[in-house]
Amino acid sequence: MSNEHMNIVIVGHVDHGKSTILGRLLADTNSLPESKLEKIKNFCKTNSKPFEYAFLLDALADEQAQGITIDIARCFFKTQKRKYLLLDAPGHIEFIKNLVTGAANAEAAFLVIDANEGIQENTRRHAYLLSLLNISQIVVLINKIDLINHDEATFNRIKDDFIAYLREINLKPSACIPVSGRNGDNVTELSKNTPWYQGETVLDNLDAFQKAVADENLDFRLYVQDVYKFTKDADSRRIIAGHISSGTLQVGDEVIFLPSGKSSRVKTIEAFNSAPRQSEKAGYSVGFTLTEQLYVTRGNVVSIAGQMAPFVASTIKVSLFWLGKKPLEKNKAYTFKLGTSKTKAIITEIFQAFDTSSLEIKNNPKDLLTNQAGECQIRLLNPITYDTAPGLSEMRRFVLIDDFDVAGGGLISSHIDDKQSQQDKKLYTQNENLIIHHPSLVTYQSRCKYYKQQGQIFWFTGLSGSGKSTLATELESQLIASGKIVCLLDGDNIRQCLNSDLGFDEISRKENVRRVAELAIFLAKQSLIVLVSLISPHRDMRNFAKEKSKFNEIDFSEIFVDASIETCRQRDPKGLYQINASGNLENFTGVDMAYEAPLFPDLQIQTEKSSKEDSVKFLMSYFSKKEKNSIIE
Amino acid sequence: MNHLDQLESKSIYLLREAYNQIENLCMLWSIGKDSTVLLWLARKAFFGHIPFPLVHIDTAFKIPEMISYRDKLALNWGLTMIVGQNKAALAQKNTFPHGNVERTECCQLLKTQALTDTLNGTGARYILNIETGKYELDTNNKPYTGVIAGIRSDEEGSRSKERYFSPRDKNNTWDIATQPPEFWNQFKTEFPAGTHVRIHPLLDWSELNVWEYIQRENIPTVSLYYDNGDGTRYRSLGCAPCTNPICSGSKNPQDIIEELVSGKLASIAERSGRAQDKERGGLEELRKGGYM
Repeated sequence: MSNEHMNIVIVGHVDHGKSTILGRLLADTNSLPESKLEKIKNFCKTNSKPFEYAFLLDALADEQAQGITIDIARCFFKTQKRKYLLLDAPGHIEFIKNLVTGAANAEAAFLVIDANEGIQENTRRHAYLLSLLNISQIVVLINKIDLINHDEATFNRIKDDFIAYLREINLKPSACIPVSGRNGDNVTELSKNTPWYQGETVLDNLDAFQKAVADENLDFRLYVQDVYKFTKDADSRRIIAGHISSGTLQVGDEVIFLPSGKSSRVKTIEAFNSAPRQSEKAGYSVGFTLTEQLYVTRGNVVSIAGQMAPFVASTIKVSLFWLGKKPLEKNKAYTFKLGTSKTKAIITEIFQAFDTSSLEIKNNPKDLLTNQAGECQIRLLNPITYDTAPGLSEMRRFVLIDDFDVAGGGLISSHIDDKQSQQDKKLYTQNENLIIHHPSLVTYQSRCKYYKQQGQIFWFTGLSGSGKSTLATELESQLIASGKIVCLLDGDNIRQCLNSDLGFDEISRKENVRRVAELAIFLAKQSLIVLVSLISPHRDMRNFAKEKSKFNEIDFSEIFVDASIETCRQRDPKGLYQINASGNLENFTGVDMAYEAPLFPDLQIQTEKSSKEDSVKFLMSYFSKKEKNSIIE
Repeated sequence: MNHLDQLESKSIYLLREAYNQIENLCMLWSIGKDSTVLLWLARKAFFGHIPFPLVHIDTAFKIPEMISYRDKLALNWGLTMIVGQNKAALAQKNTFPHGNVERTECCQLLKTQALTDTLNGTGARYILNIETGKYELDTNNKPYTGVIAGIRSDEEGSRSKERYFSPRDKNNTWDIATQPPEFWNQFKTEFPAGTHVRIHPLLDWSELNVWEYIQRENIPTVSLYYDNGDGTRYRSLGCAPCTNPICSGSKNPQDIIEELVSGKLASIAERSGRAQDKERGGLEELRKGGYM
């Protein structure tokens, strides 16, 4: 027997006999521990139940009492050819998330249909899930063939109907087998009861599944999982850790980190209890160091220069399956996870919803219900790195989190090269022209140490009259009083000097924000605490400021100063609302130009509810928390 | 890449996810072969370091070799070693067989209760002082929100239903019907306050894999697993009164591997020497209440 190992899942409608077939397979190949069969038989005797092979798998008391599988069960099994981990998935609709858990870890699947009941709702739903989860090797087992008197015509009818359904969802089974789990027909030996069946047994079909080949020859991909700097025992290594999804990494390779766009060379490949490595291949969890000390974060994808680069995107199109308790809603915030990357996300479009059993399609639905699948567009707060190349499926499998729970998962199919993505690209592309950065002799870290503070940006956004400048000036004086070095960039003040050439049309407003953002980052890089008070009505421009700060390793807080337009109009500290009302001021934010409120502000201050004193107190405590987490000793 | 490489790589991935995603993490070390393999995998994952404490629940009935082996390894490898114990139950003699309670209740008190209290910080924690080699009262009583445990799905039925990241609610109970889905390499790492998660990096390992790995990596294991001359050895370690050695002449990992593959252990359940599994409700009931 080779040391090959495969994970197989067995799925199908409730009561169609999945656990029974597995139990039979284990029993007929002498794969059970001595005490197990005996234990179950004794259990049946004392509870006056007829013995069932399914009880070998359905281990939990609740499951045996109800006679159904609740959760996925794993069992080990070996044949002449190789070893298997068999995952017995529950067929009951309520436990579909458990089925997903099993199927997501499988390389091939058995799909079971009760010959007597025929194709049922969950038979189709499970098949759909296999298709969505990218499991293409499937064998269909038409079970309880004894109940239809081993009738070939009935078998063929079910088989033809089902193959037609599978074709619609891009699946092609390698075999359809008439089986009786209870009697063992065609499980490990061909049965005399089905002389018309020309194919092979379940066992032979199992061994015929193809093991996926290691993808060490594809382009190199690794999601950064963590960066370790253990100081114990004078260990000075800064190790980047992750699992190689594909390709091969060698000492000396030039590696590129995306979305950050940074690059360096591999200095060493680290290992514990082993000789130093020169290279590592797909499938291994590795660690390596770089020739330069780069600030690298979790969620970045490592690729190798000269190979195809993965995509960076912030608006993506996906197919997903929803199993949340609440429906998936448009314009609601979720957490999106792909590889080790994680960001907030909003569903901006639901193009289609499918009933995964009937395959009925509904166009432009308002939401996706539990156990429905759909085609959606997702807008991500931070760009992610993904890939759709064949063999790189790990690079496009994502999940959505709702309220602490994994509530859906799916595959990215493409992305939209929208304005935001363009900007992201521009943002991350350095050395675009021949301007060469002249480095200072004093590093940022030593500035921070010297001034005993870390550079950071507090970006106050909100309508005119919401209270941005009031809060920012008050915070400025309190921070200075506590010994900090602070700089306040107020929109109107900057428009009187640096930005005096700019008007108020959309392009000028964006340029206004861009310049203030660049200036704020520049100052923060001198380790100043920069307060920005700017209407900054466009979400994409604030996002630009945030992303660019992050790129420069500057801590950025978006503070939404929130007050209704009515309140602001009433306050009207500069008399602008009145001028606008009299028709002498155009493009006024909130009135004739939209203000795009932050979707995920770091702080939100409702100035209608919270007094100036309370708000500033709140800001000061937020600042101290930031300071506590800072890297300055 | 062979199967052991695959298992190792996945376990390391899980350990690194736990370390990155969960605050106040600890690892349970029962001194048995499985959690010792887990400890070794952690050293691999973190390049020789163990960046979280190891917790051992000492029922006071453990076989003495287990304790001396624990302390020797902890000192040699510079581990942060924490020990917890249900001293009240021991003082009141609420123990089995020489005491006032039945076997499963003894398990419940000395293991489950002690574990729960040690994890949530209400019970005293004792920390090994690497300088003196003595245990001292640990001043840190912050609850652990993540607990890495070396359970395997082939050990026993209810363990085969576990997740890699398995949440426990405020009362430390395991709600089997509402376990979270695990898509691909995405695990439940978001939690409401007051709950904790158990992380199971060895879920896909079999008993045989564990021994093959011990042999391949030359991992030091406690001598009780081997026949030291009297023709018996332990296959699974627990409390002395409730764990019986088996008749076996295996003297090293290689002998054990042969015994498991083709010898007389090929079809006998691993925990057959563990008495608590045979009681009413068995391990599943114990585990719903917080047992590993």
